[in-house]
Amino acid sequence: MAARRLACSLLSRSGAACAPSLSRSVFGGDRIHGSASGVLRGFSTATAVEEPIQPPVQVNHTQLLINGQFVDSASGRTFPTLDPRTGELIAHVAEGDVEDVNRAVVAARKAFDEGPWPKMTGYQRSCILYRFADLIEKHNDEIAALETWDNGKPYEQAAKAEIPTVARLMRYYAGWADKIHGLIVPADSPHHVQVLHEPIGVAGQIIPWNFPLLMFAWKVGPALACGNTIVLKTAEQTPLSALLVSKLFHEAGLPDGVLNVISGFGPTAGAALASHMDVDKLAFTGSTDTGKIVLELAARSNLKPVTLELGGKSPIIIMDDADIDQAVEVAHFALFFNQGQCCCAGSRTFVHERVYDEFVEKAKVRALKRVVGDPFRKGVEQGPQIDEEQFSKILHYIKSGVDSGATLVTGGDRIGSKGYYIQPTIFSDVEDKMKIAKEEIFGPVQTILKFKDVNEVIQRANATRYGLAAGVFTHNLNTANTFMRALRAGTVWINCYDVFDAAIPFGGYKMSGNGREKGIDSLKNYLQVKAVVTPLKNPAWL
Amino acid sequence: MENHRCNGDGKESFKPPPEIKFTKLFVNGQFVDSVSGKTFETVNPATSEVIAKVAEGVEADIDLAVKAAREAFDHGRWPRMSGFERGRIMSKFADLIEQNIDELAALDSVDAGKLLASGKTVDIPHCLHILRYYAGAADKIHGETLKLAGEYQGYTLLEPIGVVGHIIPWNYPSTMFLMKSSPALAAGCTMVVKPAEQTPLSALFYAHLAKQAGIPDGVINVVNGFGATAGAALCSHMDVDAISFTGSTETGRLVMEAAAKSNLKTVSLELGGKSPLIIFDDADVDMAGEICVAGSRVYVQEGIYDEFVRKAAESAKSWVVGDPFDPNVQQGPQVDKTQFERVLSYIELGKTEGATLLTGGRRCGDKGYYIEPTIFTDVKEEMRIAQEEIFGPVMSLMKFKTIEEAIEKANATRYGLAAGIVTKDLNTANRVTRSVRAGTIWINCYFAFDPGCPFGGYKMSGFGRDLGMHAINKYLQVKSVVTPLHSSPWL
Repeated sequence: MAARRLACSLLSRSGAACAPSLSRSVFGGDRIHGSASGVLRGFSTATAVEEPIQPPVQVNHTQLLINGQFVDSASGRTFPTLDPRTGELIAHVAEGDVEDVNRAVVAARKAFDEGPWPKMTGYQRSCILYRFADLIEKHNDEIAALETWDNGKPYEQAAKAEIPTVARLMRYYAGWADKIHGLIVPADSPHHVQVLHEPIGVAGQIIPWNFPLLMFAWKVGPALACGNTIVLKTAEQTPLSALLVSKLFHEAGLPDGVLNVISGFGPTAGAALASHMDVDKLAFTGSTDTGKIVLELAARSNLKPVTLELGGKSPIIIMDDADIDQAVEVAHFALFFNQGQCCCAGSRTFVHERVYDEFVEKAKVRALKRVVGDPFRKGVEQGPQIDEEQFSKILHYIKSGVDSGATLVTGGDRIGSKGYYIQPTIFSDVEDKMKIAKEEIFGPVQTILKFKDVNEVIQRANATRYGLAAGVFTHNLNTANTFMRALRAGTVWINCYDVFDAAIPFGGYKMSGNGREKGIDSLKNYLQVKAVVTPLKNPAWL
Repeated sequence: MENHRCNGDGKESFKPPPEIKFTKLFVNGQFVDSVSGKTFETVNPATSEVIAKVAEGVEADIDLAVKAAREAFDHGRWPRMSGFERGRIMSKFADLIEQNIDELAALDSVDAGKLLASGKTVDIPHCLHILRYYAGAADKIHGETLKLAGEYQGYTLLEPIGVVGHIIPWNYPSTMFLMKSSPALAAGCTMVVKPAEQTPLSALFYAHLAKQAGIPDGVINVVNGFGATAGAALCSHMDVDAISFTGSTETGRLVMEAAAKSNLKTVSLELGGKSPLIIFDDADVDMAGEICVAGSRVYVQEGIYDEFVRKAAESAKSWVVGDPFDPNVQQGPQVDKTQFERVLSYIELGKTEGATLLTGGRRCGDKGYYIEPTIFTDVKEEMRIAQEEIFGPVMSLMKFKTIEEAIEKANATRYGLAAGIVTKDLNTANRVTRSVRAGTIWINCYFAFDPGCPFGGYKMSGFGRDLGMHAINKYLQVKSVVTPLHSSPWL
């Protein structure tokens, strides 16, 4: 289950500042030093050949977490989790399969059916979520180091943006726990109608490798705020950080069985969870192809409702009246952030013909400055891709771009001979029918297309099976409003990109999935709605 | 009387009173003397002794406090922070309160006669819960995007209303302080709080903790003083954008009038009540007996009336009145001499009006402001003890026959703050719930306050709601934003 996903966090609130200042995260630019893209070397002299930096963290948890206990898998089997910088072993991790999922579901079922978790008041649950957020903050650097080691993302990005955002998300959901209100609805006849929002039960959650802990927070936060219990399957590429933070969650007072974490593979553990008859709800983030399988398994088993956060081929549209320097910077960030491994990556950059040449030239200059290297090194903007499979797939897409006649502006090859580093790559003169303009590459490959007018670009931007996000750059209010309404996508960023707040809902139109994460909308995924109706005898009014 | 364990006899307090650390005004983040240098005495109602001399704010002090709040709103960080940042600081404020529970409970106990034990275990924890509730609400204030009839993009922004004046009463000094200030803080407002002159002490401590927590200077200002001077100045101030008042209906009228005569500031009022408690024949009489301590007009259906009267009298007689620092005590003193005398005069009035004094009716001991739990029976609707708010331990018991009669009698009041229903019958509960004109209905419970549950009055009990997400609306302006849409594919 090559789960992946985006999430990104953060980044420029305004769009004015971007990649070099991963800085301007949700948490305020003042916390983070905008290190220095200009100071370090660009990818052409990449640092990947140097000896990898020893991660400042130990791996202490590699077992499955079931019913509050770290346990071996039923089979005793393990699988290796690898360092994307070298392809070498970090640790052997217990491999969950059908029997382990069964045990985890039994624990979650019991924790739901017998309590105490769903029987607590929202306030009591919120106190535990707040304490968990405090512990995340306390262990920030350790967690970030583990995240970088297992995933390959820049340590500064993990430590200064992503892990603080995990704490922020938990606090957001803690605040919801005691504010889940149903409506009293009017009836035509003399009846009293109450709408109760109740936890849905045992939630199965399958998360990707691109933002392991952000995806953990997006899933676990709303489910727990609403009083559900959880069996979470992490991506096989990145099992480590979820085990560490789940241990902290128990330290914060989470009762046993409420959050169970299974490491393992999609076809085995993931499929067992998706088809389990005692799982009441399933949330999946990953590829569209896997999403289809998940939905099918739910249909074939107990018809559990499914929310899906899937792939994208998100357009960024740059009008001729845009601030081109800002647009170049934001579009660069929108694609290359997190090694291009974002489901909402701005992977089709549509540029108005009047500014096309200028844009391409400036995008090239920016890509050449991108600092690629060991993600533990200060100032590095881009680490290795997650694994061999993704690495090969991206190189294959680059070849396809060249073969189909697109112009390779810069990049196009791997860096060094060890690990999964790829040069920041740009194609221009890309046409809609090319594979690189249609399929999700999930790597550092920017494709730049040309357009003439608004109606044309709306039609082309919407001509995709995806609908996750879109970006628009223009100073014209009417143009912005037209795009805002016309684009079929779950998020439209205007003169910015990748602004992710806890309260902003995120999700897809079309085959980018269904349901929304974050914001008040995310609670709906984890609540059942119960209407309670009883007659009223001679009330003074209705 | 001999049944009451009264301690209003001049004996030593159960525990020594807390050290009083703050007695000045809190303006722009600093404790300052009043402009005039004047002070007033705050008195321990258990002993009638002076606890401390407190700086007395008047118009000039209100002006300074409003100026600080105005500056903090117009140019300060607080309204410009994200809701999340405000919520984080409010959480810190809550943590500091938690660390000081004992001292805060003791302050309310010595200043307001609140029971120390329930202050520590109920009142102050409830305050914390309110503050944490609104800390979590600060990043959940949503405007709406609007589907408009024309080709327009429309949306609403909810913006903080500005400088808010809070005038709070003496009956729950801590709860009222946080019930008013927390949603206003969450909304991004700045404020001037005028505590009751009877109970200024805990408010100053909260202001001190708020500053420690990182709430910027000028966001919370506390001006002690009297209603006729400080309160009136706040209500008629041209630079105060909203006023939130809790107190008597008479004073509420003055507050609203002052707002009308000055800058038409938004007013919310949480005023008096004469809340009915309706006990039906099928009620659990023991439960009803426990609940009835809270009702000022208790209507009992005729089938259980006699049994209820007997049990209510027993219950009142066994009620322990005494030093609020004593953990066994159920009822402390009235807050001050004025209230004490007012309650006693209502008891006299009840007798003259022809109601039957079932139990109680006198002061307890000879020191402090203790009054026996008092019950009148044979009370008629038109009697003043059935119409007016006594604000003391005096219950009026009345008999009714039918549900229609109970509804009619319950609504025969100018108030509409709350009502209680005791019954096992679902249809009765639902019908009375819909039929009584009151802001809160408690069914088989009473005083079940919750941070998430709005509280406020119908009719002359006021308007606007405290608590719950509703309360935030009092502190927000709504801005509608409209702009044309051109060639939108859908509307």
